[in-house]
Amino acid sequence: MSEPIVVARDLERRYEIRQGLLRPPAELRALSGVSFALSPGRTLAVVGESGCGKSTLARLVTMIEPPSAGELRIRGQAATPDRWRALRDIVQIVFQDPYGSLNPRQRVGTILQEPLKINRPRMSAAEREALAREKLALVGLRPEHYDRFPHMFSGGQRQRISIARALMLDPAVLVLDEPISALDVSIQSQILNLLIDLQERLGLAYLFISHDLSVVRHFADDVMVMYLGRAVETGPAREVFAAPRHPYTKALISATPRAQPNSGRKRIKLTGELPSPLDVIPGCPFAPRCWRADDECRATRPPLKGEGRAFACHHPEEGAVE
Amino acid sequence: MSLLDIRNLTVEFATAAGPFRAVEGVDVTLEKGEVLAIVGESGSGKSVSMLAIMGLLPWTATVTADRMAFEGRDLRELSPAQRRKIIGKDMAMIFQEPMSSLNPCFTVGFQIKEALRQHTDLDRKARHARAVELFEQVGIPAPERRLKAYPHQMSGGMNQRVMIAMAIACNPKLLIADEPTTALDVTIQAQILDLLLDLRRRNGMALALITHDMGVVAETAERVSVHYAGQKVEEQPVEGLFARPFHPYTGALLAALPERATSRRLPTIPGVVPGQFDRPAGCLFAPRCRHASDICRARRPEPLGPEMGRARCHTPLTADGNGVMQPQRMVTT
Ligand SMILES: Nc1ncnc2c1ncn2[C@@H]1O[C@H](COP(=O)(O)OP(=O)(O)OP(=O)(O)O)[C@@H](O)[C@H]1O
Ligand SMILES: Nc1ncnc2c1ncn2[C@@H]1O[C@H](COP(=O)(O)OP(=O)(O)O)[C@@H](O)[C@H]1O
Ligand code: SF4
Ligand code: SF4
Ligand SMILES: [Mg+2]
Ligand SMILES: [Mg+2]
Repeated sequence: MSEPIVVARDLERRYEIRQGLLRPPAELRALSGVSFALSPGRTLAVVGESGCGKSTLARLVTMIEPPSAGELRIRGQAATPDRWRALRDIVQIVFQDPYGSLNPRQRVGTILQEPLKINRPRMSAAEREALAREKLALVGLRPEHYDRFPHMFSGGQRQRISIARALMLDPAVLVLDEPISALDVSIQSQILNLLIDLQERLGLAYLFISHDLSVVRHFADDVMVMYLGRAVETGPAREVFAAPRHPYTKALISATPRAQPNSGRKRIKLTGELPSPLDVIPGCPFAPRCWRADDECRATRPPLKGEGRAFACHHPEEGAVE
Repeated sequence: MSLLDIRNLTVEFATAAGPFRAVEGVDVTLEKGEVLAIVGESGSGKSVSMLAIMGLLPWTATVTADRMAFEGRDLRELSPAQRRKIIGKDMAMIFQEPMSSLNPCFTVGFQIKEALRQHTDLDRKARHARAVELFEQVGIPAPERRLKAYPHQMSGGMNQRVMIAMAIACNPKLLIADEPTTALDVTIQAQILDLLLDLRRRNGMALALITHDMGVVAETAERVSVHYAGQKVEEQPVEGLFARPFHPYTGALLAALPERATSRRLPTIPGVVPGQFDRPAGCLFAPRCRHASDICRARRPEPLGPEMGRARCHTPLTADGNGVMQPQRMVTT
């Protein structure tokens, strides 16, 4: 396998939450100890509960915010804020909402040229236009779309525009934060096929954030399952889906609805509640909801252990999910 | 008597560019305690038809129907005061975009207690207790603390749960849920769907569930209507729909699911839904349908009988899902 382009080690992100005038601010750990590598032509999917830190991770990897601790290396260089400007070309992001992320007052051509104006100030207007038209074609839009405004496009077409914009600086990595979840099923499959094409043609590495496990299962090479800001299981998607070792992964897979009425399948029902990210849990963060939890789980947090296939659990699951 | 009985519902918007028909000839019936799923491409009129039933469309909308009854009462003849008693209490709706329906200036706790104040006789303390209980039911962690939060301080998923808590606060007889779990993680989705199904078991609440997740449809609904470009194009009990779709749009929708994929590239439906200016004269799906023929482009199909899933199609799919029936063998009613 080729050299990874992005390597993250023990990324951490904390936020201070004010709780009124009289109480001291609390600390919220949005992300702790997250490590991974992204390689050309491969897709790492990040899945997990709302608020588990997926978008925070996306903001760190795209250098919108610095980590509170840990290290991010891009093409071998430490991505410290002083190098952000130079490294941002390499990592670009596509957001979930194809409506909010495009300026309604700008024509598609202007939207696409924007990153070039900022990052390639010496490029001529003619060169910029040629590049913008090239990317427009690359994402399957037509030349006449160049002069139109975002509101004249469907959701799927707008997501194509967002993808074209993310490709303007010829990045090596795309961070896709729920890129298809706002789209219709029939359009989702068009965009997924487009992402597959682009990856094959351009050798892109994808960090694919999604809560739709049936899409992840189909699309990703590797998967990282997160819970309350930490990775609890990582590995090749095929293996993780076939035989999850962490109880939370198993619960996630089991809770994903299948397009099969009356399958008679028994869903694992999680009891207990999702702890607040403000609470500091001494042992395993999943223990309050886990059916295998014992005193050891509640006392000590299991570390993420394993090469390639790793999981953070004292009493891992064996065998397949129903 | 059906709980909800809507016949031939049509909604037309006055727009700067002329009239636009967002809903065309849609029938909706729901029995007490029944779960109906409504699926279809965005813009197919799912939300507009439900907002029309709730009387929540702007003045630019013209709503017509042959019948529009809730518990036998004509919804169009209610006085504003009678309407306020029903909407938000007996008939509640969870909206697609939580951020646009929560007020950013007030804490979520204030907003849910305000809803309880309007529709119940609970006193201040009881309203607070009920609010905490509702937050627990929808899986919001640290409810006491979260009641004091403003919408912008919480994630999208958390705000959606607040919306759901507000909608079920008064034990409605009919809950219209517009993509209620789309923004949520699957374990919470499973909890919320279980919660909604549980309310239905205990209180006989009927549920109209708008969703684009065919997995949710398969595991939750009893009956499914499929909408396309403002029309209902098919309706079947859930097993039948998944086993044997009649309308080519339904067939293509099911084929595009990653779960059913046989190769890395997924089958797609080419093109997009027609808009205001390119509505076809014949079948609205004809420009994207791989079975379209001359008759499809010339004549708008009427719904077939219930044994054919009421499919609006001249040549519905055969049992193997690949071929179509011959037009001359079809009886349109
Ligand atoms: N700027 C901020 N200030 C305070 N807390 C924050 C901030 N940004 C994120 N958080 C908190 O950090 C945690 C992780 O948030 P994040 O947005 O990364 O979640 P997510 O996994 O993307 O969730 P979703 O699936 O809902 O998009 C949450 O508890 C969130 O409320
Ligand atoms: N207030 C409005 N004025 C004009 N058109 C509208 C209005 N609200 C919705 N529409 C249009 O009506 C159609 C159906 O919308 P909607 O019911 O929201 O679709 P969905 O099936 O995705 O819920 C869309 O084409 C939409 O743009
Ligand atoms: S460590 Fe214990 S509580 Fe945590 S997931 Fe494993 S079995 Fe469950
Ligand atoms: S009427 Fe014709 S175009 Fe329309 S769905 Fe049926 S086969 Fe396709
Ligand atoms: Mg997010
Ligand atoms: Mg809608």
